[in-house]
Amino acid sequence: MKRTPTVGEILQAKGVSRRGFLKYCATTASILALPPTMIPRIAEAIESARRPSVIWLSFQECTGCTESLTRSATPTVEGLIFDAISLDYHHTLQAAAGDQAEAARHAAMEENNGDYLVLVDGSIPLANPGFSTIAGISNVDMLRETVAGAKAVVAIGSCAAFGGIPGADPNPTGAVAVSELVTDKPVMNVPGCPPIPIVMTAVLAHFLTFGELPALDKHGRPLAFYGTTIHDRCYRRPFYEQGRFAETFDDEGAKAGWCLYKLGCKGPITYNACATTKWNSGTSFPIEAGHPCLGCSEPDFWDKGGFYEPLSTGNFDSGAKLAGAAAVGAALGAVAATAGRRRQAKYTKEG
Amino acid sequence: MTTTETATARDYPFHGNVRPLLAEILHAVDRLLDTGEPTTIDLASLPFGPGELAYLEETLGTGELSANLDALGSSRIRETAFPGVWWLEHRNVHDEIVGRFVEITRTPEILSSQDADITAGRARLGDQLD
Ligand code: SF4
Ligand code: SF4
Repeated sequence: MKRTPTVGEILQAKGVSRRGFLKYCATTASILALPPTMIPRIAEAIESARRPSVIWLSFQECTGCTESLTRSATPTVEGLIFDAISLDYHHTLQAAAGDQAEAARHAAMEENNGDYLVLVDGSIPLANPGFSTIAGISNVDMLRETVAGAKAVVAIGSCAAFGGIPGADPNPTGAVAVSELVTDKPVMNVPGCPPIPIVMTAVLAHFLTFGELPALDKHGRPLAFYGTTIHDRCYRRPFYEQGRFAETFDDEGAKAGWCLYKLGCKGPITYNACATTKWNSGTSFPIEAGHPCLGCSEPDFWDKGGFYEPLSTGNFDSGAKLAGAAAVGAALGAVAATAGRRRQAKYTKEG
Repeated sequence: MTTTETATARDYPFHGNVRPLLAEILHAVDRLLDTGEPTTIDLASLPFGPGELAYLEETLGTGELSANLDALGSSRIRETAFPGVWWLEHRNVHDEIVGRFVEITRTPEILSSQDADITAGRARLGDQLD
C-alpha cells in the first residue's frame, strides 16, 4: 500500500505554524465536544494520524444530509479535516459517473482493505430491491459488497440510522436501517433530519484522530453529541423550571421566549446537540426561532403523533413524569448550565 | 402560573445562563491563585439564549492586554477586565468564528512562541547570514 502522509505532515506542507496547529487542535477538541484538557492528546494523535479512505453510499434519501454537510459554511478546520480524509466515492459529489465511478469504489476498497470507512445516507428497501438502484446494483447488494472490507460503518441521518421517512408507516418499500443489515462490523448512527453538519465532521475527525469510532449510546449514537437531551441544554430551561410556558405561538409567553413544552416540544426526550452547536454556522436553532423540537434524532419520530401535541399526551412515552415535573416547576435557573458542565466533567474523568 | 402574567424586561433576553458561568470563572480564579492550575472553558458547549453570550462578554469587559494571531485565520486573545481571565476567539480564513474559549491562566499557551516555530525561524535567520 502506498504511504499516505500524516495529518501533521499535511498541515506542515500547507505552511501551518505550530501556533496554527495548536489553534487547530483547540477547535478540533471543541467540535469533538471533548474538554479542553484533551487538547494535548488530540495534538499527539493528529500529528501521527494517516489520511483514511472514505466511501459514501446514498440510498433512499432526499440528499438533505449531503446538503447539510456541504452547505455548512465549511470552517477551515473542517476543510482541513476534509483535506485529511480521502473521499474516494460519493455519487452526488464526485465528477466520475457510471462504470468509472464504480471502478473508483472498487479501487478504494482494494487499496484500503480492512481500513476504510463507509458512510451511508438513506434507508435500504427490501420489499423490492428494484425500488432503488445505483449503476444497476440494488442498494442492499451494494451495501453488502462495500462493507465487506470496511473498518467501520457510519449511518448518516435518521433514514440510514432508523429507517426514517421512507420507513414511515405503512413503509411501502420495506425500508430498513443500515444496522439491520450490517451486523458484523461496528456501526455508528448519526441521526437527525438532517444531522448537524459539525457533528458529521466531528465524527470523521474523531475517526481520523483516534483511528476508531467514539463511545456510543444504546441507539448507536456518539455520546459526545447525543449524550444529553435538547432540554438539558436548552436556554429556555430556566423558564421550564419556573413553570412559565407559551400556550400559543403568539401569546405573551411566546413573545417573552418562555418554554415551548405545551406547544409540543420533544426536547426533553430528544438526544441531540443543536441546542449548543446550533444551525447555520452557529446562528440559532429551532427553539430559538420559537418552534418546538420535533425529536428528529429519535427512532420513529415521524410516527409518534402530532408535532404540536405536548409530550404529556403520551405518544412519546415518558409524558406523565415530565408533565408532573413541569407542573411543579423547581425554580432552579441554573439547571441547564449545570447539566452542560456535568457532561464536560464526565469526559474529563475519562480522558 | 399562566401566561397572563406579563413577562418583564428582566426575563428577556437574560435566561439565567450567565450567572453560573461567572461563578465557575470565580472558582477557577481561586484555583489559579491557590495552586497555579489553569482552566479552559469551551463556550461552544454551553447553552446561551439570545443576547446572553454578548452579555457575558460585556460583563467580563476588556483589560490591559490584547493580541491578534494570524494563523489559519485570525484569532483575538484579550485579557478581560479581570486579570487572569482571558477571552479567546478563533476565526477561520473566511472570518467565521470557529471557537470561543475563556481561559483562566497567567498567559494563554498560544501566545508563547513555540519551539518548532523558533527552530524554523532560526534556520531562516541563519540563511540570511550565509
Ligand atoms: S421543553 Fe423544549 S423549550 Fe422547554 S426547556 Fe425543554 S427543550 Fe426548551
Ligand atoms: S430542535 Fe429537535 S427537531 Fe429541531 S433540529 Fe434540533 S433535535 Fe431536530
